[in-house]
Amino acid sequence: MASLAARRAKDTTIKVISTGFAVFAIFLLAWILWTLVARGLPALSLTVFTNVTMPPGMNGGLLNAIVGSLIQIALALIIGGPIGMFCGTFLAENGKGTKIGSAARFVNDILLSAPSILVGLFIYQFLVIPFGGFSGWAGSLALAILVIPVIVRTTEDMLNLVPVGLREAAFALGAPKWKVVMMITWRAARAGIVTGILLAVARAAGETAPLLFTSLGNNSWSVDLSKPMASLPIAIYQYAGSPFDDWVALAWAGALLITVGVLLLNIVSRLVLARTK
Amino acid sequence: MDATITTAKAGALQPIDQAKPTGAVADPIFVGALWASGIFVLILLGLIIAQLFEGGLPALRHFGIDFLWTATWNPVTENYGALVMIYGTVLSAVIAVIFALPLSFGIAFFLTEIAPEALRRPIGVAVQLLAAVPSIIYGMWGFFVVVPLIAAYVQPPLIDWLGPIPVLGVLFSGPPLGSGMLTAGLILAVMIIPFITAMFVETLESVPPMLKESAYGVGATTYEVYKNVSIPYGKTAMVGAVMLGLGRALGETMAVTFVIGNATRLSASLFAPGATIASTIANEFPEAAIGSLKLTSLLQLGFILFVISFIVLALSRALVRSRLD
Repeated sequence: MASLAARRAKDTTIKVISTGFAVFAIFLLAWILWTLVARGLPALSLTVFTNVTMPPGMNGGLLNAIVGSLIQIALALIIGGPIGMFCGTFLAENGKGTKIGSAARFVNDILLSAPSILVGLFIYQFLVIPFGGFSGWAGSLALAILVIPVIVRTTEDMLNLVPVGLREAAFALGAPKWKVVMMITWRAARAGIVTGILLAVARAAGETAPLLFTSLGNNSWSVDLSKPMASLPIAIYQYAGSPFDDWVALAWAGALLITVGVLLLNIVSRLVLARTK
Repeated sequence: MDATITTAKAGALQPIDQAKPTGAVADPIFVGALWASGIFVLILLGLIIAQLFEGGLPALRHFGIDFLWTATWNPVTENYGALVMIYGTVLSAVIAVIFALPLSFGIAFFLTEIAPEALRRPIGVAVQLLAAVPSIIYGMWGFFVVVPLIAAYVQPPLIDWLGPIPVLGVLFSGPPLGSGMLTAGLILAVMIIPFITAMFVETLESVPPMLKESAYGVGATTYEVYKNVSIPYGKTAMVGAVMLGLGRALGETMAVTFVIGNATRLSASLFAPGATIASTIANEFPEAAIGSLKLTSLLQLGFILFVISFIVLALSRALVRSRLD
């Protein structure tokens, strides 16, 4: 074995390198945020929120994209939220030890990390082609499929933390299953479930790839869900790759908005969870 | 106060043999809904697989199994093959893991052993926030900031130093464009570090303190305990964590589309522009008409990507959960 001094020296070296790596990771985050602020903030004016997307040089904004994103995220949550919560509850309450339960847990884990672009392709093949065109509905459903696994996972994890005694006490009082779940376990795990929903919203807000083939994007004002619908990520994608300076600037403004929103949702959800622990 | 209690009692107190079970109607419905949503998730995955397969079927019929190892992607002659994209997908993901692995080991070591207690949470959260940044933001940052830096400061010296070496030099040949396979791998590495690190930390925190204390007790240094006790203890789950990172990197779309250069040619150089399955689908989809051979070829590519990711993710899960179950 090497001498004590050599071992200590190695220990110190590795510690310094590891600390350096951690600092580097934080530096990367700061670098990305700085890039967004430096390029996005100058482009962020009131017209970004009041004007719809327009041809280059016409002082367009991102209003239709922001509204389109909000509508599609809200719909995705309305569709995917209950399914996700029920499925998570199923895994924690009914599915334990059953074959269907383990299968559903496995499939959910796969869906959680599966490439999001494939969800877009699936909806394209499943809905867009048969129903004759890109639509806000298709985009919302694609996002719903991305929202579900996040909510399932957190709901199950959080319900598993609720003490069994709490459920048994409620059952002993003669409460039926639905009352025990909805009024005792869901309530006890409320903060955790809310965290899952916030994280799911954050995920849906930043997704671009699944919307490419579903809601497509729309350069004029439209809240008609049966027509192609604009969204912030798609507008950013379209503008960032364009040769026009004002479009690229607008893309940075949108990128700043989306990132700040998503990071805030993440931080808030962590605070909610930390406060209850 | 008294009155409310008696009225409440009057409603609730019935002879026990006359009382109705409270959940007789609602319970079957509720439990049925729970089971239904559990089964729904199973059906969903089945549907995704079936639709992608069905969508790609015409391409499979037209090109046969040769589609997998044909290196041409030519919209003019309508001759399509997946080899270039499969190569790009796997190579960029492997580069990402090669860069992410040492960093994740280091950051996990820092977060579990070195950092003061008060700093662990904030720094851990900051690293996790890297995973929350949307993929398209990585794409823009990569395209506008990282690519010019790599073209100016990283590629020219590498081409000068390593280019002339026989065999190995091929990897570092070509013009310094900035974009390409290596850049895509680097951006992907940043994106998967948080996932791998988080699972590393979770595993390392589950190492029984007794094991670590015994090692410290015989005079091991912090690093020696990390290397010889903690890592071997969590090895299986940590391999699973790396597989999860790999699985994430394989299917990443927007970030890669911005920086890989999108060339559907096979090239040995890490600096040459390439394409992944996901970037090709995102890029070429707008030019693919419904019913065209190109569209079904893209759907077929999607199916291949699904199969690759499924295998990697299933393997990852089996390794991570093996210790927990």
